[in-house]
Amino acid sequence: MDFTRRETVALGGAAVLTFVLPFRANAATEDLINEFTGGAELADSGVELDAPEIAENGNTVPISVSAPGASAIMVLAAGNPTPPVATFNFGPLAASQTASTRIRLAGTQDVIAIAKLEDGSFARSAKNVKVTIGGCGG
Amino acid sequence: MISRRDFLQVSMAASALVGASGFGNWSRLAAQQALTQDQLLQFDTFGNVSLIHVTDIHAQLKPIYFREPSVNIGVGDNRGVVPHVTGAEFRRLYGIDDGSPSHYALSSGDFSSLAKAYGRVGGLDRVATVVNAIRADRPDALLLDGGDTWHGSYTCYHTQGQDMVNVMNQLRPDAMTFHWEFTLGSDRVTELVESLPFAALGQNIFDAEWDEPAELFPPYQFFERGGVKIAVIGQAFPYMPIANPGWMFPEYSFGIRDENMQMMVDEVRAQGAECVVCLSHNGFDVDKKMASVVTGIDVILSGHTHDALPEPVLVGDTIVVASGSNGKFVSRVDLNIQNGRMMGFRHKLIPIFSDVIDPDPEMAAVIDEQRAPFTAQLEEVIGQTDSLLYRRGNFNGTWDDLICDALMSEREADIAMSPGVRWGPSLIPGDDITREDIWNVTSMTYGKAYRSEMTGEFIKIILEDVADNIFNPDPYYQQGGDMVRIGGMGYRIDVRKPQGERITDMTLLKTGEAIDPAKNYVVAGWASVNEGTEGPQIWDVVEAHIKKLGTVSVQPNDSVTVVGA
Repeated sequence: MDFTRRETVALGGAAVLTFVLPFRANAATEDLINEFTGGAELADSGVELDAPEIAENGNTVPISVSAPGASAIMVLAAGNPTPPVATFNFGPLAASQTASTRIRLAGTQDVIAIAKLEDGSFARSAKNVKVTIGGCGG
Repeated sequence: MISRRDFLQVSMAASALVGASGFGNWSRLAAQQALTQDQLLQFDTFGNVSLIHVTDIHAQLKPIYFREPSVNIGVGDNRGVVPHVTGAEFRRLYGIDDGSPSHYALSSGDFSSLAKAYGRVGGLDRVATVVNAIRADRPDALLLDGGDTWHGSYTCYHTQGQDMVNVMNQLRPDAMTFHWEFTLGSDRVTELVESLPFAALGQNIFDAEWDEPAELFPPYQFFERGGVKIAVIGQAFPYMPIANPGWMFPEYSFGIRDENMQMMVDEVRAQGAECVVCLSHNGFDVDKKMASVVTGIDVILSGHTHDALPEPVLVGDTIVVASGSNGKFVSRVDLNIQNGRMMGFRHKLIPIFSDVIDPDPEMAAVIDEQRAPFTAQLEEVIGQTDSLLYRRGNFNGTWDDLICDALMSEREADIAMSPGVRWGPSLIPGDDITREDIWNVTSMTYGKAYRSEMTGEFIKIILEDVADNIFNPDPYYQQGGDMVRIGGMGYRIDVRKPQGERITDMTLLKTGEAIDPAKNYVVAGWASVNEGTEGPQIWDVVEAHIKKLGTVSVQPNDSVTVVGA
């Protein structure tokens, strides 16, 4: 990226909300989850979500999801203006139920993965990914 | 059958009884005259493997003063436990007598007078003497360098790290990992790494585009020592592109990647590793957490947070060793490895008292050779100091108070910001301030001193952001530096609050008025991670300021009120 300091400072200013209101799963996210699961209960295990603790670049954050036997995995960025990231559908011949992509995060927030498992039940995993100004490492 | 854990605990207890941790012998020597090189080096060789650890040297070739912090707050599970214990409390914890050599080496308090009594510490010619002595006991000891080696001095800057590479090659390490090295830029890092006669390791150094392990940095290296197959796994600083300018090394991605670490441990164990050592630049609290998540590591040699601990910390079956910074200490860890298990260890943190340990003549010659072309520039006296100048501490140190004053005065700013780095030696009252001294606390490849306007609101965002990088209760979210130093402004911080709520009562010191979130303030600072930062180099700003002052006297700084510690 080729920003001047002044521009970057301005950008940082635009991201004020990030720090004042840490993004959490909001009502819109809950609705999306309910829509996907039909209101079913969510198990804590069955889907794995891999994401960095602190994003090196909030504009392109590598994540991967994996849920053995799943027919679909939905990924949400709970704090983005538009939370849905992707829903990965796996056919019966899929060799593995794993997907990787890069996503854009508006600020520090939870990334959530919901998997529809083989037996029709649902599992949830979430990870807080920090988007930071940085710059003061020892 | 006795479990591995029982063995470790027996060994720990035995250590305490016979002083085999190496601690307690030299600590009780009351006076400098009583301290000898033989005592510092005394070690009953143990087991079948010896590790020698140096880390965070920050290009300090010559003996220096280095004051340890008096404020180093731990949060969450690390509240009140080492390394977050300082000063007199630290001495009580380890049974260190006030005024003893260990008081001076390991803790803050009465620093200036003890510095006059015990003299400077470090110097890589002295470190070479210690390494050679350990190798005389155990010729196949492994020497491991935890990184932050090619950064931090006038000569290192002007030779782009070549001086340190030449000196370390003379010391003959077996492996190294990295942090500030990357701020030389990826082209220079590649050039230097390709020239190294030893392994450059980092299981968490990935190609940013392909998200695959970077070819230049293998995850691990095997060594056969004392009949034991040892795997050393490297762990570079996880937050390099965040804490330092990522645009200088855009090809690389880092992160903690503890799942990959577990895969590497499993992989080396499957290949027959009987002993697994992690050479880490995570920082101490991150290493402790990693040791609790990843199984199968025997020893973590920990770097980055510059902590010096006289005994390893045991996490599960892993020992975590902290070896200080700036060439002030060398750790020796002897291990007894039997049938693929660590059955016991013996450890000693050796303080490099430069007046007690003889310089190694060959190393001294190599060091002189690196410095010779720059002697005149290095030795030029810029001013004097009446005050102790030091950096370490969570919120401020007198060096940074002086740097902030220089920024406000030379750049005509309301507020100054100086990065919370932990490197940089100390000077004691009465010392000359040479150009070398100024570079020792400012040298970096992105040192330009910017001047810009920021709203009160944005200043708060910066403080909240940095504070969360230090005081987040989960160590995996900590970057391991200290709080950004602020000149011209006071504030109150509650370290136990969440991000966004820690900082209150921001006050512009020159007027005594509260900072207005909507108002613009002129802020001068340095070490911006943004590309294209403009301004004079920070060392020139500080030099000009000290020249004008002649003699520096730093006033006590109580502009930060800390609660929740």
